[in-house]
Amino acid sequence: MTEQRVISRKTGVEDTDYKWGFELDIESDIAPRGLNEDIVRLISAKKREPEWMLEWRLKAYRHWLKLGSEEPKWANVKFPPIDYQDMIYYAAPRSQADGPKSLDEIDPEILEGFNKLGIPLEEQKKLSGVAVDAVLDSVSVATTYQEMLKKVGVIFCSMSEAVKNHPELVQKYIGSVVPYSDNFYATLNSAVFSDGSFCYVPPGVRCPIELMTYFRINEMDTGQFERTLIIADKGSYVSYLEGCTAPMRKTHQLHAAVVELVALDDAEIKYSTLQNWYPGDKDGNGGVYNFVTKRGKAQGRGSKISWTQVETGSAITWKYPSVILQGDDSVGEFYSVALVNNHQQADTGTKMTHIGKNTRSTIIAKGISAGKANNTYRGQVKIMPTANGARNFTQCDSLLIGDECGAHTVPYIEVRNPTAQLEHEATTSKVSDDQLFYLQQRGLSLEESNYMIINGFCRGIFKELPFEFAAEASQLMRVSLEGTVG
Amino acid sequence: MAESDTDKNAPLLDVRDLHVSVGETDILKGIDLTVSVGEVHAIMGPNGSGKSTLASVLAGRPEFTVTHGKVLYGGQNLLAMLPEERAREGIFLAFQYPVELAGVRTWQFLRASVDAVRRHRGLKELSIREFDKLLDEKREVVKIDPEMLKRSVNEGFSGGEKKRNEVLQMAMLDPTLAVLDETDSGLDIDALKIVAEGVDRFRSPSKAIILVTHYQRILNYISPDRVHVLMDGRIVRSGDRELALELEKKGYDWIRESVAA
Amino acid sequence: MTQAPAKNQSYRSDFRTAEQATDSPAWLRDVRAEAMARFEELGFPTARKGNEKWKYTNVAPIARSEFGFDPKRDLNGLNADSLTVAVPWHETWHRLVFVDGVFAKDLSSRPEAANGVRVSSLAEALVSDNGAVQEHLAKHALFEDDGFAALNTAFVRDGAYVRVTSNVTLETPIHLVFVSTGRAEPTVSYPRVLLVAEAGSRATVIESYVALGDGEYFNDAVSETVLGEGAEIEHYRLQAEGESAFHVGTARVVQAEGSNYSSSAFFKGSSLGRYDLSVLLDGPGSTCRLNGLYMTSGSQHQDNNINIEHAKPHTTSRLYYKGILDGKSRAVFGGTVLVRKEAQKTDALQSDKNLVLSPDAEVDSKPALFIYADDVKCGHGATAGNIDLDTVFYMRSRGLDVDAASRLLIYGFARESIDTVREQHLKSYLESLFLESLPKYRFEF
Repeated sequence: MTEQRVISRKTGVEDTDYKWGFELDIESDIAPRGLNEDIVRLISAKKREPEWMLEWRLKAYRHWLKLGSEEPKWANVKFPPIDYQDMIYYAAPRSQADGPKSLDEIDPEILEGFNKLGIPLEEQKKLSGVAVDAVLDSVSVATTYQEMLKKVGVIFCSMSEAVKNHPELVQKYIGSVVPYSDNFYATLNSAVFSDGSFCYVPPGVRCPIELMTYFRINEMDTGQFERTLIIADKGSYVSYLEGCTAPMRKTHQLHAAVVELVALDDAEIKYSTLQNWYPGDKDGNGGVYNFVTKRGKAQGRGSKISWTQVETGSAITWKYPSVILQGDDSVGEFYSVALVNNHQQADTGTKMTHIGKNTRSTIIAKGISAGKANNTYRGQVKIMPTANGARNFTQCDSLLIGDECGAHTVPYIEVRNPTAQLEHEATTSKVSDDQLFYLQQRGLSLEESNYMIINGFCRGIFKELPFEFAAEASQLMRVSLEGTVG
Repeated sequence: MAESDTDKNAPLLDVRDLHVSVGETDILKGIDLTVSVGEVHAIMGPNGSGKSTLASVLAGRPEFTVTHGKVLYGGQNLLAMLPEERAREGIFLAFQYPVELAGVRTWQFLRASVDAVRRHRGLKELSIREFDKLLDEKREVVKIDPEMLKRSVNEGFSGGEKKRNEVLQMAMLDPTLAVLDETDSGLDIDALKIVAEGVDRFRSPSKAIILVTHYQRILNYISPDRVHVLMDGRIVRSGDRELALELEKKGYDWIRESVAA
Repeated sequence: MTQAPAKNQSYRSDFRTAEQATDSPAWLRDVRAEAMARFEELGFPTARKGNEKWKYTNVAPIARSEFGFDPKRDLNGLNADSLTVAVPWHETWHRLVFVDGVFAKDLSSRPEAANGVRVSSLAEALVSDNGAVQEHLAKHALFEDDGFAALNTAFVRDGAYVRVTSNVTLETPIHLVFVSTGRAEPTVSYPRVLLVAEAGSRATVIESYVALGDGEYFNDAVSETVLGEGAEIEHYRLQAEGESAFHVGTARVVQAEGSNYSSSAFFKGSSLGRYDLSVLLDGPGSTCRLNGLYMTSGSQHQDNNINIEHAKPHTTSRLYYKGILDGKSRAVFGGTVLVRKEAQKTDALQSDKNLVLSPDAEVDSKPALFIYADDVKCGHGATAGNIDLDTVFYMRSRGLDVDAASRLLIYGFARESIDTVREQHLKSYLESLFLESLPKYRFEF
């Protein structure tokens, strides 16, 4: 297990802070700039989609038109207007235009690129214990371990393949958790989503390995609109990881993904994210706008959905991985570390909607702000009249490093049932001089001492990550904070 | 305790093959215990042995499920009674971790409890003057300042104050069977003496006490008639005072080994 | 901004009538004209377009109603005797009484103007203390983006005025009484309070909004409180409006160095109530303590929006609000603590606790923190819902049944807030107002 530094691995471009900023030199098939009905039809045609899929996209597109440019305004983030007509909505490596092929046919430049990111796709080098779906710009280029998964009945493939090969599952569940009309960015995604991962775990199956999707933006001025759908059938279990990086660009790039999770009776989905999109430079130029809608439906009795995220990248993060606790006795969890530095802005949190009886949710959010960055936790806990005996516990802790940053906590507690119990706690602090002195007195450097304390602050979250990812996350924090502490 | 037409010589408490679980976990795995009036029983055992569970089950804590066995109290089926019925029938549990009651004054709480218990026992409710007189008498034993009685129950009390407040409640409610769940833990020697004094005064030929404790220290002040060692949900040894002293000298591992042997 | 046009027609004609009827200094006429113009642009607020301050409260019932206005109303039969029954009362208290928004001189009792302490109607103060009034009136309760404050300011010509001069301690509480008599036609009033506590002064002020009838009316109240260096104000606010009343109260408090503002607010009654309190800790070492208790039932809606801004170092704030909800009522708590970059060593605690006692009641709580300084101690907590199992088991093990335990716990919950009241006569009044009418509820386990 030496090659586990997947997201934070240094890649040889040592003279910049962002080590994943290189660009691949590959020929791409690129749609014309702008968004109109023809572009939606073009994307659908490129992917050779069935009629119903195109219809759904068009419905979304027409709804999006009605929204005008009404992006959500309530978040604590600021950015200049986005010109949705000056963006490219589809880009695929030319060699991959027809979607993933056998490994021998993948462009060697792409394979080498993923190698550099620490995600080897070749059979002999592939990561042990993790099946990877590699998504480059708008398409999935390869998925490893497919044969092995097939044996236990787990379907893990790109969304494009799923639309072709498992239309009944896709048609049944797509939009069932995040409808196309959900919000501005989700609507846009529904119209133009390009690829993403699809996973179905059959009843009673415990997926034997971790599943992972690695997202990579390569082309300039392209938006990335992937869509992921995971269905855990009765009594099944799956742990899913997601990592992402992008080249350094002077201009902002939009990433508006949608993730939908469905857990049936007694099923459990564990979804972990290490988000390391390009955050922009020290002065706030460039960087990814990460406007993502993630939601799970704990639909079945006794089902469980758990989100863990470590957010260090992106110029702006707008993301609220949520759980609809519909089944009686279902469980929702949200564990988050969000770190912002320089001019980054994060407005992230969760939404727990309790519908079923005796549903339980836990929210633990840690925010770290450094430089001139602003970090907002925004979380809603809603107890519907039907949710007898519902329980929620929320804890939000913020750490400030320096006096030019901001740390904000905005909980929304909405209760419509007298038998519910909710508790929300939040604290704000800084790394204390006493703590630092204590560690220094034991021989650690100031910088080491700071990392140790910050790492301790996040430990409760890191331990929720799959083992391989935990060390990774800690490393990522260190790289993201370089030069700000000590 | 209410009159019942059972045998006058019957024990006050008769626990037979009691099995208790919480959720899926079995905690008590067959307890037999007989306690008669006038007796003091000490139940000792390492952490996690089930001592506190036994104490809580006697008082009727709802999250425990009795899966097997029975408990007779004065000849009645204790397990069929609500927690408040048990209290009114004379069972008192001094909590290991007394609960804080925001905004509920200690005085008010004691008065409401004493009234409820007296009504049940067919006694007339005390006038404020009678109540205060009784309270004054009892609180002096456990050295509780009258100002404390104006404060919310246990809120902002120190560990020692909470335990003394438990003993005060016991004295006020005048139970027949007092179960003290680690009332000695976390107390310094002075506080321990005060608590022990309060418990010792309570001792009488018509009452019984079960002391649940990890250490034998408190037994220096309240000498038990019987000592039981609880391990992994079972009483593995019973004896007299000597057993507690031997236990202190040799530790729980000694019992564990001698039981295994 | 984010507000929608209202039925401004009647407010505009009311404004013209009022301007013709009374005389005021020129500066005040200008303020009113500006405020009216602003109100006409803003109208009443709506929750649309991400207006987080009004996310959970819809003021359409106010916006669509027509209220009669008359700046020279009579007492509607009110006399001193009926007043003593209706409001917290003590013979020794100083009193400024307003009946349906109009100053009732004969029902008021003011201290002799000694040491320069002034307790008077605002109209009187505009003559006798114009300089101080002009310095503060409408300077703190800004109406730039607040429709209700703008509307109140457009009608400001009278109100309650208190100025406590430097280093004076006023031992006797000052009671500002706003009585609504419940007239046949729905009416609107614009209560206004200006309270200036100069450096080193101390005073206790009680502000009561009470109803005699259950007619429909709308109180659009604004108060401004200024604390000089080291000043101390103990403030109590009682909002016990009629069952069909609308009450929107806007309060602004500005604190200088080392000053101390403690406030306990109590809410009961009114079909739609909103209290919008902002405290600006504008001097190092200043402290505010804000307590609140809201009890809602029927189809009432009470919204408390409490904002504390720490602008200077070493400032402290404590906010404890509690709610008891019954029937089909709805309570909203929106609280923000903002810590400016300069406000190092801020110590802020914010808590909102709710007991929801009915399956048809709803509570929405949003206690937010916005922090821009790193060396601070800030925390907040919010709870909603039921009592935990351990608590009730503890009480049952002392012989109390679930009903008795529930009663004691609800009583204790409410009493904690009432216990913050130091003025004994007021405290007894509140105890009977709240504790004797607690909802009957049995916690279920």
